[in-house]
Amino acid sequence: MVGKPGGALRAMSPLRYIDDVVSLQLEVARCNGCGLCVAVCPRAVFAIADGRAALADRDACMECGACALNCVPGAISVDPGVGCAQAIIHGWLTGGDPSCDC
Amino acid sequence: MERGSSLGRCRLLTACVELELTRARGPLTIGAFALGKGALATEDFRTDEQRVTRMCTEGERGHGDQRPGGSCCGSAAESTQSTRSASCCGASAAPSAGYPYGSATYVAGTVETPIGVVPQVSRDIVRGDRVGAWRVRWGIGRNDYRVRPGVYALGTPDAAAPVLVTANYKLTFDQLRSSLSGLDAWLLVVDTRGINVWCAAGKGTFCADEVARMVQQTRLAEIVRHRRLVLPQLSAPGVAAHLVKEASGFRVVFGPVRVADLPAFLAADMKADAKMRSVTFGARERAVLAPVELSVAWDRRMLLAYGCILAVSALDRDGVSFGRALRRGAPVIGAAWLALLAGGAVTPLALPWLPGRAFSMKGAVAGGVVAAGATAAFRRRLSPAARVALLAGVPAVSSYTAMNFTGCSAITSPSGVEHEMRRALPFQAAAGAVAIGAWSASRVGR
Repeated sequence: MVGKPGGALRAMSPLRYIDDVVSLQLEVARCNGCGLCVAVCPRAVFAIADGRAALADRDACMECGACALNCVPGAISVDPGVGCAQAIIHGWLTGGDPSCDC
Repeated sequence: MERGSSLGRCRLLTACVELELTRARGPLTIGAFALGKGALATEDFRTDEQRVTRMCTEGERGHGDQRPGGSCCGSAAESTQSTRSASCCGASAAPSAGYPYGSATYVAGTVETPIGVVPQVSRDIVRGDRVGAWRVRWGIGRNDYRVRPGVYALGTPDAAAPVLVTANYKLTFDQLRSSLSGLDAWLLVVDTRGINVWCAAGKGTFCADEVARMVQQTRLAEIVRHRRLVLPQLSAPGVAAHLVKEASGFRVVFGPVRVADLPAFLAADMKADAKMRSVTFGARERAVLAPVELSVAWDRRMLLAYGCILAVSALDRDGVSFGRALRRGAPVIGAAWLALLAGGAVTPLALPWLPGRAFSMKGAVAGGVVAAGATAAFRRRLSPAARVALLAGVPAVSSYTAMNFTGCSAITSPSGVEHEMRRALPFQAAAGAVAIGAWSASRVGR
């Protein structure tokens, strides 16, 4: 981990989830550098480098979808949802979208 | 915790409420936390026959996520207001019975504004608020704990005072009004059907159209001179800032995650630092959420499982025996509780120190340690087959329980959870089968 650009979170917590699984994609060419992704992300996934957004800690993403929803030029894409096993089981059983049956 | 038939439904909703309460005592959240972004309460919507089913988030989220009852607009609760809300609900906000909001004990007076009097809220949490918080904590009328949407004055705000937007879950509202001592601000309460900020945003009820609708309905543009709204950061999964601007003329500034950071945020010219923006999942949060998993022990389905275990244990070649049901079945139930404890309490508490990234792996390890301890403790009384059953069964159930804790955590992504489930479930099932086979072969209690 040392030497890799990391979010504030990486330094704050030793708790990490599985690497290389999230659906988050950043198309830097379309970024206008507004920085809203940095402002809305609760997991410090983004940073602004050279006037454009960069993925500082992609594996910290929990796919809440705040960044993509607030990215006006559409540079960010993510398949948002709930990171909950019960919700996924419910989705499998009903054939619908994952949602907790509550 | 929820009990009886209501349990085993929404651990996420329970988690939301539990966390809100922790934060109400410790560091406070503007967004009233919901670990697990989309936690929902569909009862909330089922009762509302007059709701408009069109998803106001259709155009916004762009992933076609049609969660049931996720309509942003058209709550019958709004019907007492005018139909100015063209942006979201159009003309369908027809008069109806409306939602009874209960007595607004939080209103302490009124303030004069260019559009007339606006209710002024109290900064004090009184006995009634505490009783209410206790009530929803135990799951009594949790989905009926709402504040009437609208604009409120906190202190004596003027036309330049900041506008803080929040959800109409009363627990959230109570935190906000009670923890900003000395600050004069306008509170714009949007209708999230009594759901906290993060859940409502994940669900799509806290969305740009709803914010714009409340701005118009309250005639906020005539109350304040500026055109700026401070939204809780955790509303961002549901609110597209640029769409609020388009629909209402107000610019959205996302504030900090925790309400405790709001004064510092406002003082720093509405700039949030990295710490203010980050969701944490520390020992305290994990400890509070552990009971959500443990409460499965008296879940309806578990009670049924206990019955089945006892019934199967009673049977033998020479007939049915009540004594044998207890002698043979009780240890199985004991082992199941041990596994729940390992997966639902030990795993959450020791989460950062257990090996592996996947919760199922962490749970299996915790279960293995607990099972090894139990095997050593009862070594004289356990046959080799019974030991195999214990060492295979406890980690399997613990792993499954820990996997379910993903929904309570603030670090898991749905892609990651699905990834680990596809790998862990076959192992959990295989270990479970080994445990059942070994127990059948064992002579414990016969």
